[in-house]
Amino acid sequence: MIKTTQWIVVTLVLCLSVGTAFSQGLAPPSSVTAMDTPNDDGSSITIKWDAAAEGSGISGYQILRQIAGGDLEEIGELLPAGTTTYVDAAIEKGTAYAYIVRAVGETEATVESEQTAPVKGTGEWFHTGKIPLFITMLLFSAAIVWNIYSARSGKDIFVRRIPGLEAVDEAIGRATEMGRSILYSTGLGGVSGVATIASMTILGQVARRTADYETPLRVPCRDPIVLNVVREMVKTAYLEEGRPDVYNEDDIFFVTNSQFAYAAGVEGMMLREKPAAIFLQGTFYAESLILAETGNSVGAIQIAGTDSEHQLPFFIAACDYTLIGEELYAASAYLSREPMLLGSLRGQDWGKFFIFAAIILGVALELSGISWITTFLQRVS
Amino acid sequence: MKRQVPLALCFVFGIAMIFTRFSPHSVSQWIYEEVISWVLIIGPFALVLATVTLIQTHTTRIRRRTEHWQYSLVVFAGLTIMVVIGIRFGPQDSIFEWLYNNVQLPMDATMFSLLAFFIASAAYRAFRARTFEASLLLLTAVVVMMGNVPMGDFIWNTIMSWSPWADKVSEARQWILDNPNLSARRGIILGVSLGVISQSIRIILGIERSYLGGGD
Repeated sequence: MIKTTQWIVVTLVLCLSVGTAFSQGLAPPSSVTAMDTPNDDGSSITIKWDAAAEGSGISGYQILRQIAGGDLEEIGELLPAGTTTYVDAAIEKGTAYAYIVRAVGETEATVESEQTAPVKGTGEWFHTGKIPLFITMLLFSAAIVWNIYSARSGKDIFVRRIPGLEAVDEAIGRATEMGRSILYSTGLGGVSGVATIASMTILGQVARRTADYETPLRVPCRDPIVLNVVREMVKTAYLEEGRPDVYNEDDIFFVTNSQFAYAAGVEGMMLREKPAAIFLQGTFYAESLILAETGNSVGAIQIAGTDSEHQLPFFIAACDYTLIGEELYAASAYLSREPMLLGSLRGQDWGKFFIFAAIILGVALELSGISWITTFLQRVS
Repeated sequence: MKRQVPLALCFVFGIAMIFTRFSPHSVSQWIYEEVISWVLIIGPFALVLATVTLIQTHTTRIRRRTEHWQYSLVVFAGLTIMVVIGIRFGPQDSIFEWLYNNVQLPMDATMFSLLAFFIASAAYRAFRARTFEASLLLLTAVVVMMGNVPMGDFIWNTIMSWSPWADKVSEARQWILDNPNLSARRGIILGVSLGVISQSIRIILGIERSYLGGGD
């Protein structure tokens, strides 16, 4: 008798649940697919399904996951209605997973989709979404390499006059005549910063001239690795100029790696030693104006250069000459006049020409209602 | 040989790091993280060398009694106190934190505050209306500054509310920042980006080698 009663109760509950589901019109999620997420390292699987029709009564979705031979387990939170994608980022590489999407109704009734085929997460070797960027990079690199190697033929390459670099000799000469030192700051950047490397190449050229003129060259450093590279560079420059006796290792020294303490240290040097020429080349932040204004107050000729566009106005206002952005990177080619380095500048100009052409063409096409070039550039970015 | 090995390493690692930008595979990400770790490992060794040079520099100054040599004693006192307390009690120690919060931070803040005076003196020189360009710069700066400070809003929106320029200064400021200013900045950024790529290619291919000390 008790068994019969239990059977009737269970049957009634099941009928009620099924009836509720059908009365709400809950349909199982359709077209459920699980696929290895493209362009990742194989650490996720993407599950997709079709959007439910309006008024379907679905209040959310729950994702269920099963490893081959294992139990179904709920993963993640309840997803809001309207969701059609879920990325399972908690998988083990090499393990196959099958998924079910469970639709949850407004009255907690549920209905499940069919189980997907098992899928494994696999890492891709190439990010297909970055193909336009890759092609652009290849084209630009090819233009630079082509110009570098065509410059080996010895053909004369015109480089526009850069006043800031023309003034390097003037600044060194002035310091030599006045019998005062030259202060060179490579900024706050580390040795892996391209601006710091560009700054060090300028320093190498400056060091060759100071070796010839026996002018003291003082280089306060903020980064310990930069300090060691700079010492080696300057020492080699003096050796190659045949003046190792003039090189003084103590003139290239570590100040501190704290931003404003560095600014205070260099500012103090400027006020005490009153250098005749100051070079501020590299990456600078808020301390740029502190250094440049102090240098200005001691009457030094100042040549600054940075790729930090926010600091450029300060340098332009306070320094005699400023290398703006790309001029900093052109400095080594400009000062050394080495044909291969000059060739890379021409390649750079090809890149600029390409960008300007793309901008003008893009504007013209946009005005004509054609936007494919805009879409392409958005993909590249 | 002294140059060939660093150049070869530079080429291999340069190409590898470019590759990691385009490959999401776990192997390429591992390579990227390993290289970054190696860079971090070099740091502490270089810091030891830097500390040695710092001590050498200031010892020389004290020994030679150069001008203001007494400040070198302050450097040694600060270095000794912070190192001893930091090593003995750790960076979380209350005395260490007190010294950091009440000595180093206020000194940093003081240096940063000096910027206000330096901006004033630099602006005075830059905005002297001697030429047409300087006058234009002055006018633009006045509009942007008046649009940025609360006093500007008060002047134009309250005191000058009768004038046809009321409410227009903020719009003019925003137009200047969004159009001529942003265009110029983007032009500089484009040039910088191309310069960085060009410089990187020169370094990777071993054409730019002055960072190794120059010569062949």
